Amino acid sequence: MPSLKRLVLDVLKPHLPNALDFSLEIASIAEDYRVDIRVIEVDEKTETLQVSIEGNQLDFERITDMISKNGASLHSIDEVSVTGN
Amino acid sequence: MNIKSIRTMLNLSGSWGIMRRYFVVNGFDGALTSLGLIMGFYVSTRVDLTVVMTTCLAASLALGMSGISSAYISEAAERRRQLAQLEEAMLSSLEQSYHARSVIWSAALVALVNGVAPLLIALIIISPLWLGQQNLLHGLDPLATAIVVALMIIFMLGVFLGRVGGTFWLWSGLQSLTVALLTLGLIYLIN
Repeated sequence: MPSLKRLVLDVLKPHLPNALDFSLEIASIAEDYRVDIRVIEVDEKTETLQVSIEGNQLDFERITDMISKNGASLHSIDEVSVTGN
Repeated sequence: MNIKSIRTMLNLSGSWGIMRRYFVVNGFDGALTSLGLIMGFYVSTRVDLTVVMTTCLAASLALGMSGISSAYISEAAERRRQLAQLEEAMLSSLEQSYHARSVIWSAALVALVNGVAPLLIALIIISPLWLGQQNLLHGLDPLATAIVVALMIIFMLGVFLGRVGGTFWLWSGLQSLTVALLTLGLIYLIN
């Protein structure tokens, strides 16, 4: 079964939670998740982020759920790394 | 809904500061109302301690109910407005988010703190009356003891505010105490 190893997402989120709390929330999905966030743009009420997530087997559904739970929305999937078995 | 989710919602909605403020504001109301009632009984014809306790409890219950309902209505309305503004900025619905859930939860918790504060403080203030009724005060006047307890609580609320605001604790404690003493003086004069 193919495994999702790396994702780069374009995400729009409110100022709160901040980038640190937001990354911690995503990283809490599984122990081996590594999350890197780069703030691309800051507006009056929102921020645009580039979110890079790495792990042995990323769960895309749980990641998007966590993004929604934190009031953010996924704009696009910019990069993907998948390995076959 | 677990503790972590509730903490996240309170952080997102900035409710910790609001709860702290409401606790002090309505706690101060409860303390001053109880103090006023007890002082009124102290300077007028003495009545049974049960009457004093019931009156103080009823007044603080009314303050508590008023605190819960008014805080819930105003906080929920304010949060709905903020959520609508945020959804407009995000160009999407935040229905599944902590932000949407905090409209109800944060408003409810803030309202609970606002309502419980006067009740809790009134219970502490009237505790000497109950102790006096059980003959556990060893000769101390229950009403006078309750007045002293109320003054101490009002002073402590002032100290707490001073620490929150980063001002000199003794000064803010004395400011609160002055208001309480002024109230006592006015009640004494009216009598």
